[in-house]
Amino acid sequence: MSTLTEAPPPLSPPAPEDKPPRKRGRWTPYWLLLPGILWLVVFFAAPMIYQASTSVQTGSLEEGYRVTWHFVTYWDAVSEYWPQFLRSVAYAASATVLCLLLGYPLAYLIAFRAGRWRNLIMILVIAPFFTSFLIRTLAWKTILADGGPVVGALNTLHVLDVTSWLGWTAGDRVLATPLAVVCGLTYNFLPFMILPLYTSLERIDGRLHEAAGDLYAKPSTVFRKVTFPLSMPGVVSGTLLTFIPATGDYVNASLLGSADTGMIGNVIQSQFLRVLDYPTAAALSFILMAAILAMVTFYIRKSGTEDLV
Amino acid sequence: MTTTQTRTDATEHGGDVRLSGISKTYGSFTAVHPLDLTVPQGSFFALLGASGCGKTTTLRVIAGLEEPSGGTVHLGDQDVTALPPYKRPVNTVFQSYALFPHLDIFENVAFGLRRRGIKSVKKQVGEMLELVQLGEQARKKPHQLSGGQQQRVAVARALINHPKVLLLDEPLGALDLKLRRQMQLELKRIQTEVGITFVHVTHDQEEAMTMADRVAVMNGGRVEQLGAPADLYENPRTTFVANFLGTSNLIGAEVDTRSGDDVVVKAAGDKLVLPGARCSAPARAGGKVLVGVRPEKISITHADEAGSIPEGRNRITGKISNTSFIGVSTQYVVDCAACPEFEVYAQNIDRDARLAPGADVVLHWNPAHTFGLDAAQDIDAGVAEGETA
Amino acid sequence: MAFVNWCKRNLVVIAGLLTLAYLVLPNVIVTVFSFNKPNGRFNYEWQQFSTDAWKDPCGVSGLCGSLSLSLQIAFWATLGATALGTAIAFALVRYRFRARGAINSLIFLPMAMPEVVMAASLLTLFLNMGAQLGFWTVLTAHIMFCLSFVVTAVKARVMSMDPRLEQAAQDLYAGPFQTFVRVTLPIAAPGIAAGALLAFALSFDDFIITNFNAGSTVTFPMFVWGSAQRGTPVQINVVGTAMFVIAVLFVLASMVIGDRRNRRKA
Repeated sequence: MSTLTEAPPPLSPPAPEDKPPRKRGRWTPYWLLLPGILWLVVFFAAPMIYQASTSVQTGSLEEGYRVTWHFVTYWDAVSEYWPQFLRSVAYAASATVLCLLLGYPLAYLIAFRAGRWRNLIMILVIAPFFTSFLIRTLAWKTILADGGPVVGALNTLHVLDVTSWLGWTAGDRVLATPLAVVCGLTYNFLPFMILPLYTSLERIDGRLHEAAGDLYAKPSTVFRKVTFPLSMPGVVSGTLLTFIPATGDYVNASLLGSADTGMIGNVIQSQFLRVLDYPTAAALSFILMAAILAMVTFYIRKSGTEDLV
Repeated sequence: MTTTQTRTDATEHGGDVRLSGISKTYGSFTAVHPLDLTVPQGSFFALLGASGCGKTTTLRVIAGLEEPSGGTVHLGDQDVTALPPYKRPVNTVFQSYALFPHLDIFENVAFGLRRRGIKSVKKQVGEMLELVQLGEQARKKPHQLSGGQQQRVAVARALINHPKVLLLDEPLGALDLKLRRQMQLELKRIQTEVGITFVHVTHDQEEAMTMADRVAVMNGGRVEQLGAPADLYENPRTTFVANFLGTSNLIGAEVDTRSGDDVVVKAAGDKLVLPGARCSAPARAGGKVLVGVRPEKISITHADEAGSIPEGRNRITGKISNTSFIGVSTQYVVDCAACPEFEVYAQNIDRDARLAPGADVVLHWNPAHTFGLDAAQDIDAGVAEGETA
Repeated sequence: MAFVNWCKRNLVVIAGLLTLAYLVLPNVIVTVFSFNKPNGRFNYEWQQFSTDAWKDPCGVSGLCGSLSLSLQIAFWATLGATALGTAIAFALVRYRFRARGAINSLIFLPMAMPEVVMAASLLTLFLNMGAQLGFWTVLTAHIMFCLSFVVTAVKARVMSMDPRLEQAAQDLYAGPFQTFVRVTLPIAAPGIAAGALLAFALSFDDFIITNFNAGSTVTFPMFVWGSAQRGTPVQINVVGTAMFVIAVLFVLASMVIGDRRNRRKA
């Protein structure tokens, strides 16, 4: 199962080789690349361009569409669906932060404290991957059911009063509220946070902790000054691997949320598959892509790990 | 066995490796300057130098793993320059061995035979494993063996193909000191037994001198000097060779006169004599030379007993600045006018208790042990490399 | 006091185990509810123990058909993505060529793109081409998004491979083809297997891209999605539990084999 412990893969270009490869077989790399790259160009890059062009077309399903540079579609899309955009970012960001807070202790536990339990815990982190995520998400309907033990406990502890006041839940319910959606998102993408965190923590030489302790650092200082900075690559790729898919997700919002918790994915999905308003859907999808690329670029610059891409 | 067959083939130089004008450049970096080198058939030949001197590149050019930027490679009468590695009758023992991790020892050794379409390999592989004393380990995987055993597998894997030349790229680099000594003797034994030409790349001057019949000392992509180990040691022709192979005391001096076969030079007031034949620099009166002498050739005598030193020896006076007791010998560092850190190794036969730091001493040696070098070189060339190696 | 100190020292262990519980809880629920006998159409509330669903996993119309379709698609997508991805990974590590940066980005971007964006844009392409949505469009899409993951998995393995091994093979009379088959491929195999396994898991479990491009074809995740609207049969939980158990057994088996190998080593 080394597969998934190694995943997600380090997203970095190959290190510069010491010696330039040999000249013989100059065309070999191109033949090796051709089929796969062609596949990506035709079914990944070209669709992006198609989509960009669709977003500025007008027409209808019956009469067909023509490119009319109708940029108003973008304006309409944003002015109508900005709450869903905001919600997507807010939910995804909350889920990412929660994943980091929940995932770090577990990754740390596996890397440094698990001992002979390490493999077992690793299996328990990875194995859920193999049960369809839709089935597991549906299980949350049972866990968070109205009047169930979880909701009951939260009610008794008056937690729900606080969350209702914050607008995260509504009355005695957790299902069909923002809290349920964020909870589902957090659950679904937690392994994508834990695995890169674990990978980068596991690479840290245990003697560094001893050295820091030897040099008068308290355990908390060791963590702040040594462990955490060294795990930054894992933090960065973990947050990206969580935030990006969470923003575009619509499964959790559909299954665990209500009409008031719709995310941008829900809008794109219904525009495409039910309303059949292709230009609007394409515009929304294009905005989502651009927004995410912009945010990710900014984030990577900020966190100073540009070699990630 | 093919061994004898190769021997009979050897009509004079039929199996020599000849490099003519071989050079290698990477972009603007020149790894090897145009180089001519002949490795006589059946010899144990060492390419010695610090890292980055071009010795490994030269080896890889012979193996065909690197295409030379210019020049030709001949094996006997055959020009193999354009042949890919898998068509050359040459095999390599790689640095850190490069044993195939997915194959067991038997299959590693049989690899070359199988690729050449030989079906029944069992007997040959068995014999070869016996030769390297690994008969018991045939079905183990490489990672289950110790470093020394892996090294022997690498040798067996190459030798079983009866190559015209066996190339060894730092074959003992990964072993600890004791094992390295043992493997040096082992490799030497194998080479004598099979009679194949060995070309051995190393940065370890002791290793090169112990094992090889001939050594080419390389520096900065050039061969500095080529010869038998003793000859290189006794008659270095450049400061690099003098410093890289062992230790040399080098003194800047001015040529005074020539008397017969000897050259008389002056160094900071002391007159020294050296044989003209051992001076690789032009010795015109008034010209500058570097005078060298090996530390173990020197005797050290307390200044109070200077009178007992026989006539006709080169002598220099100085003050001991440091001593270290090694066991078989004591090493002295002596501060002289001509040279502030003159090194002397004295055998511990009769130790003179007065030879302690601060003592005034006279250093003296037989003039025949003195050599002269061109003064237009860096006097410290090869010093640091010699120390790390 | 001693207890408080113990908690303090093991804070990270306690927090980690709580997270683990959070991760595993839904699987426990799925398993428990596979033995439920629900009253209505939905299987969200516990009623009474029953093994009916386990006795008749295909008892719901469409379920086993969708499962077999998903397995077929995952199989072919894995095959396609692994073949194409392995070739790309070798080219990236072993050769120098033009447009390397552009190719690296082209491989990275699908992993950095929300699925819904890829799904939507691919659908516009298929609609424009007038392609018939179904098995082939889904397979095409799956190969596309699995490709990048295979490339990264294989690349990591090939990069950590000592290039001297291939040189040694060449030195020992193996031509380029023989070198590849006898040395390169066997040593890169764990990376390729890892990539293939990842591709299989991704393809089998994919919902968003499939939902956009499947037309009226129903894969297993789409069956589950549909049943979440119409009523969730217990058999879904049976399949989910079986998948979990098979995965755990698979991992345990591979670990036992690995252990035995390690022990033989020692």
